[in-house]
Amino acid sequence: MTETPLARIARVEGPGVPVRGNDIDTDRIIPARYLREITFENLGPHAFEDDRAQLRGRHPFDDPRFAGARVLVVNRNFGSGSSREHAPQALLRGGIAAIVGESFAEIFFGNCQAIGLPCLTLPAAQIESLQSLIEEDPAVVIAIDIASGAITAGRAAYQGQMPEPVRRAFTTGAWDALTALQESDDEIHAVYRRLPYVRGWRRP
Amino acid sequence: MGHTLLDKVWDAHAVRELPNGQTQLFIGLHLVHEVTSPQAFQMLAERGLGVRYPDRTFATVDHIIPTDGALRPYVDAMAEQMFAAIEQNAASAGIPLFDRATGRQGIVHVIGPELGLTQPGMTIACGDSHTSTHGAFGAIAFGIGTSQVRDVLATQTMAAAKPRCRRIEVSGALAPGVYAKDVILAIIGRLGVQGGVGFAYEYAGEVFEAMSMDERMTVCNMSIEGGARVGYVNPDATTYAYVEGREYAPAGAEFQAARQWWDSVASDADAAYDDHVQIDGAAVPPMVTWGINPGQVTGVDARIPSPDELEGPDRHSVEEALAHMRLAPGAPIAGTPIDVAFVGSCTNGRMSDLREAARVADGRRVPAHVTALAVPGSQRVKAQAEAEGLDDVFRAAGFQWRDAGCSMCLAMNPDKLVDDQVCASSSNRNFKGRQGSPLGRTLLMSPAMVAAAAVAGEVTDVRALAQVRAP
Ligand code: SF4
Repeated sequence: MTETPLARIARVEGPGVPVRGNDIDTDRIIPARYLREITFENLGPHAFEDDRAQLRGRHPFDDPRFAGARVLVVNRNFGSGSSREHAPQALLRGGIAAIVGESFAEIFFGNCQAIGLPCLTLPAAQIESLQSLIEEDPAVVIAIDIASGAITAGRAAYQGQMPEPVRRAFTTGAWDALTALQESDDEIHAVYRRLPYVRGWRRP
Repeated sequence: MGHTLLDKVWDAHAVRELPNGQTQLFIGLHLVHEVTSPQAFQMLAERGLGVRYPDRTFATVDHIIPTDGALRPYVDAMAEQMFAAIEQNAASAGIPLFDRATGRQGIVHVIGPELGLTQPGMTIACGDSHTSTHGAFGAIAFGIGTSQVRDVLATQTMAAAKPRCRRIEVSGALAPGVYAKDVILAIIGRLGVQGGVGFAYEYAGEVFEAMSMDERMTVCNMSIEGGARVGYVNPDATTYAYVEGREYAPAGAEFQAARQWWDSVASDADAAYDDHVQIDGAAVPPMVTWGINPGQVTGVDARIPSPDELEGPDRHSVEEALAHMRLAPGAPIAGTPIDVAFVGSCTNGRMSDLREAARVADGRRVPAHVTALAVPGSQRVKAQAEAEGLDDVFRAAGFQWRDAGCSMCLAMNPDKLVDDQVCASSSNRNFKGRQGSPLGRTLLMSPAMVAAAAVAGEVTDVRALAQVRAP
């Protein structure tokens, strides 16, 4: 059995890209036709593909000023809909290392945690300010300190939020849950043997 | 103070608290399908791990499978490769695979209940957001991503944060022509597509008590469209009558023992909830979506909103939706012409759905310019529908009668919208591009409303047609 070393994620730094709009669902982040693959490897270039085609080059992911972005800045309920991990995988493999938004859909947020992609929230007005700041100065470096939630963009500073267990998962490297889950094999087996629908209904 | 079903099932399955504060939760039933599992099996192989409890996992094929009678090897090489991958993964792990040869194939959220795998009091996980469907039985059922599928395969557990619990009580009785689909669309319309984030929804009150299991599944299925990862109905006599006698259900004296445990996990009368919502069931009309998420919905007798009436982000969302849908602000939704009608999916591809749609279509005719599909959710649903002659009713009305699968709910098999077609659909998502064409336009509604739209060629109030279900 090979052990995966714990990868602590303490800091993300780099240029940003704003993608405006509420309720951007995972079908839009990665259209279902790209789920017809048995690996995640080739997803990177296809993030937001249909939205990009419709905007004919005017989507931020096609804007050369935002090439090389590390921090994606989004609005309300980002990642709603399908549980496809392909959505955060496409963003991660396209170079995104953190997402800052007004709010996130729950399964998407959990999938991001599971693959080491921190998501932080800011109030709507601050998201608007950060998005405008990046649009005006695409080279501005956004720095996120995961432990404190502090986000800086040039001279602007924001206080990002993240649930405590999720923050700890990133800073300790436990975002890759499997290693921790495997540690309690005996306790798992005890639950397995205790549940009546597993153990059989008539045994005491 | 008593406890909710969520509390009790959570506690019964909690293995321990993880160092970061989340719960390590045992998953009693794990369902896998061909789309979200191959990468998980690959990740296991990379770590040199096997499937820890293969007796708790079951597999089916639904998303990519053609519904037009095509046989393997499929002409679509990618579909063939995905099918082969799940066959091989299931075989080497010792997981049963319900493929077409077994006669039990179908959409994962249709066959779990149908085979009696889904039972009250369980924790259930599947790499599919509509796993919330299984909550209809009083199970706590989660949609998970592929890395979590890996975790469940390797350990039969996953890391999870316990949600808060919102009790949604719908009182009274539904009017004729109003269905479970209308109730859940009304709930999402009221609470919003994000309203349920961080919550489990407990559906309670007379309307849900009166519902069949098929109907409860329709409601729980779309919990996730309201942002709630988990939704459930407490188990009762209706639940037990459905489960009894099914292939994987306990039988005889075991069934009686199971019933006692199932009764014991239901929410206590004095349980504490984090939030309450009250809705008058009698006031719910047949619902139709006009936008690009399931919360953008209105009664069939109402008008499409106008962005001018709104401000801020809501205004932007309505503008974006109407620009895609190319619907006129302020216009009535009834009368909107359609090109395609789709009855099917894990939301509304069960027997009662097909019966209601067939009742409306019976003796009527789909106009030549409309393509209409009736797609059973499983092979067993298909066989039962054919035994009742529903296939003949659909065909006579001009519907295509298909094989079981996800079909036109999403764009992973040959059933897709073309260009900017408008589809009246009994599925669960009206997202841009969801039905396979980036320009495609989806109107979500009940199966009876889809059938009404199909025969009228436009969105039509099913209550104006004679054959709606009596109150
Ligand atoms: S029918 Fe649609 S929503 Fe349901 S499992 Fe299939 S693709 Fe997903």
